[in-house]
Formats: sequence, structure tokens, C-alpha cells
Amino acid sequence: MPAFLTEHILSILVLAPLLLSLPLFLIPDSMESIQKIYGLVVSLLTFVLSLLVYASFNGGTADYQFVEKHAWLESIGVSYFMGIDGISLYLVLLTTFLVPIILLSAWHAVEKSVRRYIFFMLFLESTILGAFLSLDIFLFYVFWEAMLIPMFFLIGIWGGKERIYAAQKFLIYTFTGSVPMLIAIIYLVFQHKAQFGVYSAALPDLLKLSLPGGGAHSVQGMIFMAFALAFAIKVPLFPLHTWLPDAHVQAPTGGSVILAGVMLKLGGYGLMRFAMPLSASVLPSFAPALMTISAIAIVYGACLAIAQNDIKKLVAYSSVSHMGYVILGLFAMNQIAVSGSLYQMLNHGVSTGALFLLVGVLYERKHTRDIAAYSGLAKTIPLFSIFMIIITFSSIALPSTNGFIGEFLILQGAFLANPYMTAVAGTGVILGAVYMLWLCQRILFGKPDAKKSEGLTDINLREFVYLAPFVILVFFMGLYPKFFFDKADASIKHFTEQLSAPAPAANKPVSAAVTPPPVRTDYDNNH
Amino acid sequence: MVEKTQLLGLIILLPILGALVNGIFGAIPWKSFPRIPGTVAGVIASGCVFVAFLLACSLFSGLLGHESVQSAFEHNAFPWISVGDFRIPMQFRMDALSGILCLVVTGIGFLIHVYSISYMHDDGNPARYFTYLNLFTASMLVLILGASMPILFIGWEGVGLCSYLLIGFWFEDIEKAQAGKKAFVVNRIGDLGFLLGMFLIFANFHTLDFMELKAAMGSLSVEVGFGVLTLITLLLFVGATGKSAQIPLFVWLPDAMAGPTPVSALIHAATMVTAGVYMCCRLGFLFSLTPITSTVIAVIAVLTAFVSATIAIVQTDIKKVLAYSTVSQLGFMFLAVGVGAYTTAVFHLITHAFFKALMFLGSGSVIHAMGGEQDMRKMGGLKKYMPITYWTFVAGTLAISGIPIFAGFFSKDEILWQSFSSPLGGLPLYIGGLLTAGLTATYMGRLVCLTFLGENRSSHEVKHHLHESPLVMTIPLIILGLLATFGGFLGVPHLLGGHAIPNILEHLLEGVVPASRGEGAAALEGTLMFVSVLVACGGLYLSYWLFLVRKSQRAANQEKGVHDFLFNSYYVNEFYDLAVVKPIYKVSVFLWKVIDVIVIDGAVMLTARASAFSGKAIRRLQTGNLEHYLLSFIFGMLIILYLLLSHAF
Repeated sequence: MPAFLTEHILSILVLAPLLLSLPLFLIPDSMESIQKIYGLVVSLLTFVLSLLVYASFNGGTADYQFVEKHAWLESIGVSYFMGIDGISLYLVLLTTFLVPIILLSAWHAVEKSVRRYIFFMLFLESTILGAFLSLDIFLFYVFWEAMLIPMFFLIGIWGGKERIYAAQKFLIYTFTGSVPMLIAIIYLVFQHKAQFGVYSAALPDLLKLSLPGGGAHSVQGMIFMAFALAFAIKVPLFPLHTWLPDAHVQAPTGGSVILAGVMLKLGGYGLMRFAMPLSASVLPSFAPALMTISAIAIVYGACLAIAQNDIKKLVAYSSVSHMGYVILGLFAMNQIAVSGSLYQMLNHGVSTGALFLLVGVLYERKHTRDIAAYSGLAKTIPLFSIFMIIITFSSIALPSTNGFIGEFLILQGAFLANPYMTAVAGTGVILGAVYMLWLCQRILFGKPDAKKSEGLTDINLREFVYLAPFVILVFFMGLYPKFFFDKADASIKHFTEQLSAPAPAANKPVSAAVTPPPVRTDYDNNH
Repeated sequence: MVEKTQLLGLIILLPILGALVNGIFGAIPWKSFPRIPGTVAGVIASGCVFVAFLLACSLFSGLLGHESVQSAFEHNAFPWISVGDFRIPMQFRMDALSGILCLVVTGIGFLIHVYSISYMHDDGNPARYFTYLNLFTASMLVLILGASMPILFIGWEGVGLCSYLLIGFWFEDIEKAQAGKKAFVVNRIGDLGFLLGMFLIFANFHTLDFMELKAAMGSLSVEVGFGVLTLITLLLFVGATGKSAQIPLFVWLPDAMAGPTPVSALIHAATMVTAGVYMCCRLGFLFSLTPITSTVIAVIAVLTAFVSATIAIVQTDIKKVLAYSTVSQLGFMFLAVGVGAYTTAVFHLITHAFFKALMFLGSGSVIHAMGGEQDMRKMGGLKKYMPITYWTFVAGTLAISGIPIFAGFFSKDEILWQSFSSPLGGLPLYIGGLLTAGLTATYMGRLVCLTFLGENRSSHEVKHHLHESPLVMTIPLIILGLLATFGGFLGVPHLLGGHAIPNILEHLLEGVVPASRGEGAAALEGTLMFVSVLVACGGLYLSYWLFLVRKSQRAANQEKGVHDFLFNSYYVNEFYDLAVVKPIYKVSVFLWKVIDVIVIDGAVMLTARASAFSGKAIRRLQTGNLEHYLLSFIFGMLIILYLLLSHAF
């Protein structure tokens, strides 16, 4: 690789989709298919770039790689600071993998203002990649909020009947949840000034801060809660999940895929990258409660999925259940469970992404997501049904599929930390089979109804091309997870060590710790 | 030796390859290229299993050649899960126990594959059928040969998947699809028990490999009272009740006969359902440490055996009789497990595989001839139309009833003796087993009388078409008939064999599973043996008298209340529906419509509205003037982007 590329590859990766999408506006609307092809080429190029990153990534170390750091808003310590480790690596790959597929799936599904759809999707990709790669917490926050914009438009313009309501709810809910996080970020930046004399928003710097630990009411406890609220909404963790079904049901297929496939992962990722390491010493006092909530989320999400009549809502609630496993594993805080959580995030991207695409295939043909509107699809559209069955079993974590590796590691690891909540969460294993297989029974099996199957055609070549990679991934990830953990192991190990190693503040007796002045005082000192 | 262990991987790979070839080129309805025809698919599938059988034979004989009986072949296929120190390789191991079962699965599996070529000939998509059948064989082999609990679990759930696919094979019939789902979900309930048991094992012993576990537990003494080992084994037994259809999770198995009949023979009689028994024997070193669990298993086993035998006796569907009979026979196997006679459990597992596969295939032959009719009340007198089916079926009946020299006699009698004489056994268990044995002979006699003997009660048209099945179907029947007749000589008890006929099985499994502990005077053993033979003959005679002499296949109606109660399987399905299925659905709907929509989302929206009313700025958001808000948002973003770009480069 040329030196310029190796030195700036992460910046190029982040900016490529957004910048390269701008020429879209030079292509006239009369040449819609050129626009589509161009968008697809850009997203594929981004995917190739991310594969380059993957290929030259060194799995043997937990250090950040391809680091770029430039001073930016020096006066408040904000820097343009990017880097990648074994945790963000796969989430980046998941993102770049899904976007070309989304664009391919939208070939005919998106009818109005194609150009803008492609633009917003690539814009969204840039912001998501930026969030995964930022090591400056303020930069992260910028990307974190920025991604709401394209997503808002994707739901608001190309969504269903209630799209405006859903888009607003999505925007306001997630935006409001992030306000405490912003306050916490500002606090941390000022703390760095107080303790080290300079402002810094760089994560490695902030991790060196001595913050009073102790219980939930300590400074670390407050910081944890501020971050955790924002991330828990994004996950979304019960009971903060009610924006999700509305957003999913109203979003266009591509919006749902990127939302479920990647955006929800930002919640889990944020916890891993920021919230948990920054408040390591108070985690033991939060972990039991969060594991309990996760276990409830798993069961609750599964139960609600059972009750749904709308395929997309069913998949949305199944996401609540599946993401519950992620949080359960994270707060078990051992390497087995955390590895499972990371894997489950990827799994969920694959299986739920594929499920939403499959729903999209049906919706494109019949314009309804009502379960009762379909029956006997296995007879009328067999190829579709084969995909559906394979993804179903990935979703219910059948061993030899990707889903099992995640759930097994999470449950095994969580059992070591909290056997009772794991037993509760384990019932999700049963309920998951209930709602997915019942869905399959209702739409795939039985006698095909002549009226219901009118206009239903089986999967075409384009759809086959974008669905087949999911099937390959399902089995590859299920049979050879070592391939993935080889490059993630060191970073996960580092993460769990960060949590168990006493934080700087905990080294000293609490009373002897530097009691940080309140934010206000700090602020005054600067002026 | 290196080559030999490679073969172990090949045994599993062959059926997978068969499934892939048939699946991709036969089952999937591609528009562009031609598909493999059904018969060819059948030959490919059977061929793969046959070669796997030959390889298994070669490996097994290699195992016998070893000096130490405890030796095993190991094949480390590839690293599977590898997270820090937590490593689970995709490793397979063949010792005497898995070797024997490997032979049973591939051997009987092969016969059933061959039989299916003819049986499924007229089906719309035989390639799909053979794909599933090969996939099933592969899963079962993984289950048996897996060297650690997670690998076993791959096969454990794999057979569940194949069972789901095969029960619902004719998915256009929604009831069949439902039966498939029910099987999978009920199995999953058990699987949760298995998983939790496995987690608990890891938490305590830090390994999931069977050999390492055995070494780790070798030093432990029998657990007194209810401790962690008891909890582990109880959880694992929950898994076994799911897979092996014991009370309270037996409800899926009778419904499973919705699938094609050869499937019932392979999955729901000969192999998959014995997985629970296999697992208990594989972990015999653990189960033998926990007397409380053993007692629980024995009691549930006897109850299951007896209850399902009483249900079998009133069924009119030929396959349902056999299905409940399978549940009952699995009860016998667990009875052996419960009284610590693991070798005997394996013995009965094998003989049962012979005679139950035989009888299911026989019933398939009957159903084939009857043009799909499964109601025994419309059969009768088939003996003269299909002699081979009849005589092989009789061999199976005598075997399951426990008539001397037939396979089931040796294994069942050994179980009864162990249940009486083992320190974990006792008179109540023995009597429960003996009563069930009597019932077994009665319901099987009834089946033979109603189906093959007496007058033919079928319609004129059906009668016209009655015929013996083709050779592809009858040859497997004959082979299985021979096995059901002579297979018992694998494990002749010392009392009968003495020094002349050694107990081959016991010798093979010595050191692999804990030895049976039943002891007693030879005279007592002989007396009990005589009693059980007497009971079996009595059962057969009773059925002959009732159903041939008195011709009372309808007479059961006389006791209508009891009959209905038994016929409807003690209304267990209805009970579960009312007590579990419906409440879960209702609670789910309640959680959705009330808790989620009204309470949680209501609170969220209330907060939003409250703030909207409290401030003009926010109210603007709520009234739909969003463009402004977003424009400013984007504007801000652009400024930030500009700053970013201007400072970064």
C-alpha cells in the first residue's frame, strides 16, 4: 500500500462514502440507473478499503492501530484522533459489508428521489464509521449525533404511513438520551485540565483520570449512568426500547437493515469503548442490576415478538431480545461472555439484517407486512423459503450457525458471573424458537392460498446475490469462529483486564483521592 | 494410526457431502439447470451412509484389536471455539460405546435409506427428503462421536433440526408443520436444561471434554444429599427427557409420526430419541455419583414406560401404537440408567433399534400397500397378501415382547433383573417394569392381530391393490428381522451363557461405562426370568384371545370413560395447551398491548408531551415544524465538518 494510504486509511475510510457521494448530484435524474450503479461502486470501494484495513490489522496486540492524531480544537483539548482495535474492526467490517447490500436491495424498492436515498445512506455510513473509529470522545459524540440526521431523513422520506411520527420519536428519544452523555464528556474534559493541567478529550488520556469510585452515587457512578443512558437507549435496552418498533416498522427496508444491523451496535460498542472502562471501579455495583435488566429484556422482547401480527414488528422485538444478550454478556465482565457479546453484535447484524431484507422482498411484492397475508410460501416461492429457514435457525442460535457461538459464549460466561439471571435469560432460548418457528409456520407452511400468492414471484438473481453472502456468513461464523477471534482476542482480553484491574482512583483510599472540584469551580478557574 | 483417525472425520463428512450434493443439485428448485432425479438422490444418499458404515466397521475392528479396552480413536478436525483460554476444538472420539452406536446409526441408517428409495419414489421431491436424511445421519454421528459436551450439543440440536424438517416434510398440511414445530420447541425446553447443566459443569470442573471430566470426577465419591452434582445431573436429565421423550416432555414424539414412515423408523425409534440415553451413559461416571438423581430417573422412567404402554393399548393408528411403544421402551432404557445398569441401557438401546426400526418399516410397508391407510380397524388379514412383511413383523413383535432367544428378551430381562437386584432398585420398580412388559406384549399382540390376522376389513378397492412391497423395501426388513431375532446374543447374561457364550457387550463396555451393580442368587435370577417370560406369553395370549377369538377391536368402547382417557393420552396435550401454551400467548399479548404500548411508551410520550407544553421551543418540534430544526442541525454539522476538515489536514 502506498504510504499515504496506510497513514490515512481510517480517515479515507470514514470520508470516502460521504465525499464520493457528492458527485451523485452531478448525475442527472434521467440517468437513475447510473446513480444507482455509482452509489453501489462507492459502497463497494469502501468495503474493499475496510478489507485492506482488516488484512493489515495485527491481531497480536490490543493497541490501537492505524492511529491518526491531529490537533483540532486545541483550546478545548479536542483532537482529530482515530484508531482501530480488535473490537471496532469487526463492527467496521459489518458496516461496510451491509451498505452495498442495502443499496442493491433498494434497486427497485426505492422509487422517489433515488439520488438522495443513496446520498443519505452513504452519509450515514460515514458517520457510523466515524463513531466506531473515533478515539477522541468529543469527536465520537459529533459522529454519534450526526448519524441521526441521515437516519431521520431515511425514515422520514422513504418510510411508511406514520413515518414522520416515527422519525421524530426516533430523533428526539435518542437525542435527549445523549444530553447527559454530553455533560459527562464536558466534565471529563475539564477534569483532565484539573488533574493534568491541559484539556484533553482523547480517550487514552481520560482513562488516566483519577475519579472517585465507590457506589452508584460516586462521580464514577454518575458518569457511568450518564453514558449508559445514552447507550442503553441506542441498544435499546428494556424499558428504553419503545422507539425501536415504531422506527423499524416505518423505516424503509434499507433503513431497518442499517438501524438493526449497525446502529444498535453503537450502544453496545459505546459501553465497551467508553462507559465501562471510564467507570471500571463502580461496575461491580451496577453489574447485577444490569444483568437482571438484560435477562428481563431477553424474555420480554421474546414474549412481545410472540404477540406480533406484523412481521417487521416481530423482528424488531426480537432485536430487543437479542440485544439483551449483548448487555448480559458485557456485564458478566469475563472474557468468555464479552467475546460472546461482541460476536452476538455481529450475529445480530447478519441474521436480523437478513431478516429485514427478506421481509423487504415480501413487501416489495405484496405491500403488506401482515403475517396473515402470507401462507404456504414454501410451495409458491421455495427459494425464498430456504433463505428464510436458514436465517431463522441462525436467529434461534442453532449450533453450527453463527447465532449459537454468540449465545453459547454469553450464557456460559454469564453463568460464571450470575447463574440465576443466566437461567432466566436462558428461557429466551426456548421463546426464540417459539416466535421464529411460529412465524415460519404461518407464512411458509400450509396450503398456498391462490389469492394470497397472487403476484408472488421467487427471488431473482439480484436478490440472490445479496442474500447469499448472509448464508455463507451464517455457516462460516458458526463453524470457524476462531477466524474472527484471532484478531479480536487480544483487544477483548485487554478490555476485561481494564475492568478488573483497579482504576487509578481505587488504588488509593477513597478519602485520600483527589476530590475533584465541581464543574463550576473548574470553569471559573479558567477564566 | 494417523490414517485411522482421519477416517473418523470422513465418517461424519460423507453424509454431509451427500446432503450438500442432494441439497444443492436436487432439492433446490433452480430454474436454470436440471435437478438430480429422486432415485439417483436416494442412491447417492444411501451410498454415502454405506461407505460411512464400512469406515465405521474398519475403525471399530481397529479398536477391538487394541490391547486396552479403554482405548479410543481421536480426530481433531479443526479448532472451533477459541476465546482466550476457553477452547473447544471440533474433536471427535470413538471408544467402544460410541463405536457400537456408530455402527448402529450407520448400519440401520443405511437400511432405512435404501428402503426410502422405494418408499419415497412417488413423492414430489425425494432429493429434499434424502438431503434431510443424510443431514440427520451426520448430526447423529456428531452427537455420538463428539469428544466434548458442546460438540455433542451440535449433534443434539442438529437431530432436533432434522426432526423438525422431516416431521414437517409434507408442510402443505399445516398440522404436520405444527407437529414439527412442537417437536423442536419441546426439545428446546430440554435443551435449556442440558445447557444449564453444561454451564454448571464448566463452572465446577473447568472443562467440557468427556475424557477430562471423567478424569476429574474419578476421585469424587458418591454425593450424599442434594449437592451440585445432583443439580448438574438433574439438569442434564431434563435435557434427556426432552430428546428421549420422557414424562413430562414426551408429548412431541407421538405427533412426530406426521413425517414419512421411514423417518419414524430412523429418527423416532432407532436413533435420535436414544440420544438422551446415550448422553446419560456417556456421562455414566457422573450419574453414578448421584443416587438422588438416579432415583428420580428410575421413577420417571417406570412411570413413562407404564403410562405410555397403557396409551398404546387403545390406539387405532398403527404408527401411534408404535410411537407410544417407543416412549415406553425408552422408559425401560432409563430404568436401566436409573438403577445404574448403564451397559444394560446401551444393550436395550441397540436391540430396540433393531426391532423398532423393523416394525416401523414394516408398518410403512403395510401403509404403502393400503394406499396410505393407517387405521388398523380397516386392516386385518394382511398376512396372506404380504408374507415377508408379516413374518419379519412377527419377529419384531416377539423381540419386543421378550420371548426367549429374540433380541428383546435378553435386554429387557436384564433391565428387569437389574431393577430388582441393584442397590438403587427395588420391588416397586421391578413390578412397574414387569407390568409394562405384560402390557407391551398385549398391545403388540393386538397390533399383529388387528393388522395381519383375522379377516380383511378394508374396502374392496384397497383389497384389490394389496401387494407385498418391492425387494428394495423387503430386503431391509429381512435383514432387520434377522437382527431382531439374533441381535440379543450380543449380551447373553452369564446365567444363560455361562462360559460357552460370553457377554460380548459387557466386555466391550467394561471401563467405558460404569459396571452394572445388580447382584443376586442365580436361582432368584432364573425365577424372575421365568416369571417375565410367563408374563410376556400371557400378554400375547390375552391379545390373541381378545382381538382374534372375541374379535373385540371395537370392544374397548365398553369402558368409554377409561378408553377416552387413555386414547387421548391422559389429556396431557390439552392440559399443556391450557396451562402453558395459551397463558404464554395471553401474557405476551398483555405485555405488548398494556405494558409496552400503554405503560412504557405512554410514559415516554407523556414526558415528551409535558416538555412540549412547558416550552415553546420544544413545542415547535412537536407540531411538525421539523424542517427548521433539522436545517439548523445540518447547518451546525456542516460547520463542524468544515472545522474538522480545515484543522485535520
